[in-house]
Amino acid sequence: MENFNYHRPATTTAAAALMKKGKDAKYMAGGHTLLPTMKQGLAAPTDIIDLTAIKNFSGIKVSKTSVSIKAGTTHMEVATSKEIKKAIPALAEMAGKIGGVHVRHKGTIGGSVANADPAADYPSACLGLGATIETNKRKIEADKFFTGMFATALKDGEIITAVHFPIPKKSAHQKFPNPASRYALTGVFVSQDAKGKVRVGVTGAAATAFRATDIEAALSKDFSAKSATSVKIASKSLMTDMHATAAYRANLISVLAGRAVAAAK
Amino acid sequence: MADTKTGVGASVRRKEDLRFITGKGNYTDDINLKDQTYAYFLRSPHAHATIKSINTAKAKKMPGVVGIFVGEDVANDKLGGLICGWGITSKDGSGMKAGPHPVLAQGKVRYVGDHVAVVIAETKEQARTAAQAIVVSYGVLPHVVDAAKAMKSKVQVHEVASDNRVFNWSLGNEEATNAAFKNAAHVTKLDIINNRLIPNAMEPRAAIGSYDTGTESYTLYTTSQNPHVARLVISAFHGLAPEHKLRVIAPDVGGGFGSKIFIYAEEVVCVWASKHIGGRPIKWTGDRSEAFLADAHGRDHVTKAELAMDASGKITGMRVHTIAALGAYLSTFSAAVPTYLYGTLMSGQYDIPNIYVEVDAVYTNTAPVDAYRGAGRPEATYVVERLVETAARELKQDPAEFRRRSFVKSFPHQTPVIMCYDAGDYGAALDKALEMSDYKNFAKRKAESAKNGKLRGVGFSAYIEACGIAPSAAVGSLGAGVGLWESAEVRVNPIGTVEILTGSHSHGQGHETTFAQLVVEKLGVDINSVSIVHGDTDKVQMGMGTYGSRSGAVGMHAISKALDKIEAKAKRVAAAVMESSVDDVEFKNGTFTVKGTDKKMAFGEVALQAYLGHKFNSSEIEIGLKETAFHDPANFVFPAGVHICEVEVDVDTGLTKIVDYTAVDDFGNLINPMIVEGQVQGGVAQGIGQALLEGAVYDEDSGQLLTGSFMDYNMPRAANMPSIENFRLGFTCTPCPTNPMGMKGCGEAGAIAAPPAVINAITNAIGVREIAMPATPLTVWTAMQANKKAAE
Repeated sequence: MENFNYHRPATTTAAAALMKKGKDAKYMAGGHTLLPTMKQGLAAPTDIIDLTAIKNFSGIKVSKTSVSIKAGTTHMEVATSKEIKKAIPALAEMAGKIGGVHVRHKGTIGGSVANADPAADYPSACLGLGATIETNKRKIEADKFFTGMFATALKDGEIITAVHFPIPKKSAHQKFPNPASRYALTGVFVSQDAKGKVRVGVTGAAATAFRATDIEAALSKDFSAKSATSVKIASKSLMTDMHATAAYRANLISVLAGRAVAAAK
Repeated sequence: MADTKTGVGASVRRKEDLRFITGKGNYTDDINLKDQTYAYFLRSPHAHATIKSINTAKAKKMPGVVGIFVGEDVANDKLGGLICGWGITSKDGSGMKAGPHPVLAQGKVRYVGDHVAVVIAETKEQARTAAQAIVVSYGVLPHVVDAAKAMKSKVQVHEVASDNRVFNWSLGNEEATNAAFKNAAHVTKLDIINNRLIPNAMEPRAAIGSYDTGTESYTLYTTSQNPHVARLVISAFHGLAPEHKLRVIAPDVGGGFGSKIFIYAEEVVCVWASKHIGGRPIKWTGDRSEAFLADAHGRDHVTKAELAMDASGKITGMRVHTIAALGAYLSTFSAAVPTYLYGTLMSGQYDIPNIYVEVDAVYTNTAPVDAYRGAGRPEATYVVERLVETAARELKQDPAEFRRRSFVKSFPHQTPVIMCYDAGDYGAALDKALEMSDYKNFAKRKAESAKNGKLRGVGFSAYIEACGIAPSAAVGSLGAGVGLWESAEVRVNPIGTVEILTGSHSHGQGHETTFAQLVVEKLGVDINSVSIVHGDTDKVQMGMGTYGSRSGAVGMHAISKALDKIEAKAKRVAAAVMESSVDDVEFKNGTFTVKGTDKKMAFGEVALQAYLGHKFNSSEIEIGLKETAFHDPANFVFPAGVHICEVEVDVDTGLTKIVDYTAVDDFGNLINPMIVEGQVQGGVAQGIGQALLEGAVYDEDSGQLLTGSFMDYNMPRAANMPSIENFRLGFTCTPCPTNPMGMKGCGEAGAIAAPPAVINAITNAIGVREIAMPATPLTVWTAMQANKKAAE
């Protein structure tokens, strides 16, 4: 690992200023992706701007219609939040499946969403619930947020401050972990709102998280496991690597969507 | 029995564990010597390339750099290369084609991770930073990483082997075997791949080399399973220093599984280079990435196997051809693994009159391959047990009963492939395993699983293995460069405490406990007054180390012999002190008595008298109570058993879960059943790892190791194991006749037995003939899809 300057700003304004000033600066909101890549010599930022000391940067607020989670909230806090467990149990369950205990105590929702790892869990929840991502500048719909592999709609220096999830009528998350890394080999987050609108967010299967619109259409007509599994997913745009072929991932999407529907509450 | 709580046969808690689990172990990296420097190895990023030039000028000026050495320095100093200590002769009589293996690459690199240069600096970070400033100009060459393609490839890994073939070895009677196949009523054929594994001991390899300019002698601390062998090789072959000027210490070692048997470039370089930096010690501690790249890997076989049967279903012949990858260089014992530790086990537990095995060992541009838990016997067992299971299915016979009919039933039994089995009762192990696993109700369980959308399967593995490879004269005639005895010294101190100095080396096996139990049994002393000393060539007289499950069968046998000598000597002292004839002295439960009298002396009193010398004539009885022994066993020992695995396969995802596992093993008499059970569980875990999870993958195009970290290389986790209540262990016992304690080896059996049991269960569950290891969800699902398509 190369030497770097370490900053702990108290406001997003100060953080953004440091980002502008740094030669090759990086925000850190937990560090569970950034630090390993730095240790392997794959990244060597000049400045690390640790966002976790920003005032009022973490916390959970649940209203009648939505769950708002501030960016610095750890996965462990989400997984164990009584309010979230009541409002969107699938979201708490999903957070409880991220990494191991150590990771869940350090990793944050803002860091995970901003990093947009194609195999991360949160992107599927953002898409599957129709979340809104709030930054220090604006609000972005989840559907427009994830733009590619590790790529998002965030502009240079922009900082996620919170993620807002509408509370659905029912939802569920199903994850098939990569046997080695335990990231999502494929993960599916399904929700149905009070009006019957269905969203299916998929992660781990392609270069970026996406919505399985074919399954959404089928489930809108008939919200049943069979309806989800009977949809044949095209494998063309899906990833192939040593752990899974595109065809296998396509199969997992329908299988997991079916299981999510069966488990939805 | 001297003490039923701590003697032989008792499940004594491990004496060493408190130290280990409270972080008080003393591993190589825990040791720091005065004026110590740190080494970093610059490794090849290419699978195959010439080294056109190495420019170290800039790196040498970097902060903290003490010295940088490359292949040329090694060559100029005439430091010998790494050797393979077992020579294999090809079928045509030609010798093994061993390419040069310099400790720092000379002119060529042959795998990703090959050692190119070493940087020695004041700190680890400085050494690493300076290494990045070394400019190496490579001429990249085409490479071959696939064992199956090596002989047909235009790539030539070593000049001495034009077709990349190290040797073409055979065992058994080819003509008779071919005749058996000609006359066969049924032939079962299988193509089998035994997947390459990366050992991943918990403690990465490490070394500290130092040179004493005053005594002109070297000391090497290293993570070794056999420090005396390391000293021998570094003295005799690298030519660094004669043995009396080289001390090798292997302190606490955190797991080996074979990977720490071998002599590696890093340790040789550290101890050699110390002299060139004025005697300052040099420490190297490998990181996990280096362990993946440059520890010797295991397995990597491509095999065609056939089994011939007559009309009655009796096995009449077996024919096996294997391509075994040995990697880019021949590691220390590599050549023995796919030959004399493999072909010789092809008879399994079965009476097979004709066997012919042919092995082409090949070079590939990959990390060297050598012994890994089981070493050759897991590969053999996989071939035999997959073949036998498949044959039973093809003949529509119950796989358990087909095995029973084919078992060797009388002993000793001479196989057609060298081994002579001394004792066993394979039917007894099968009966016990069938009962423990409730085999008769399998169909009911299968139906239950089906209700939950799961395919349940059952698989058998009736394995045999050979431990304590011996005797020395026999292994010498087969090409071994060393003898395979063991040595021990027993020092009884004047107050009756006992020190055992053993050539075996404990790196997880629990010798500090089991060896002490033998002393308790034999001398009747308290277990806490016994200490076990190992791992230091200056302390222990001689040794061959720990591998091949030999420490019990061979190492303890040597201790037992030395203890017998102690008892004999102590009797003479006791007789003199108690003024009686030696013949009248009896020794039992730690007390010497004189027959027909009430005279008695405790063991400790006799020890004291032996050192006082006040009450006997020291010209007749030598002062002291200390004895040594060497033991060379008469034969291998042959552990065997039956493992039965039940799996559930998820139809939708191909995910396999081991829902039930029964292991019945015959290890002869057990010294410490708790430790034996732990060895079986750990071995089975590694076997399950090979069957379901682990597999080293080199990229065909780039030659890079794709599974270079735990992100992609799937080590077994607790969740991959059967639950403890469904993981049943049982034992049968036919004592080994060539061992006074009647014991066999238990360290590798689990890893040997488990892979075919698991794969036989999966193929049974999903109804396919073959499936590749590791049977990942992807592999199993893909096989099910192909099966479905074929059925349509």
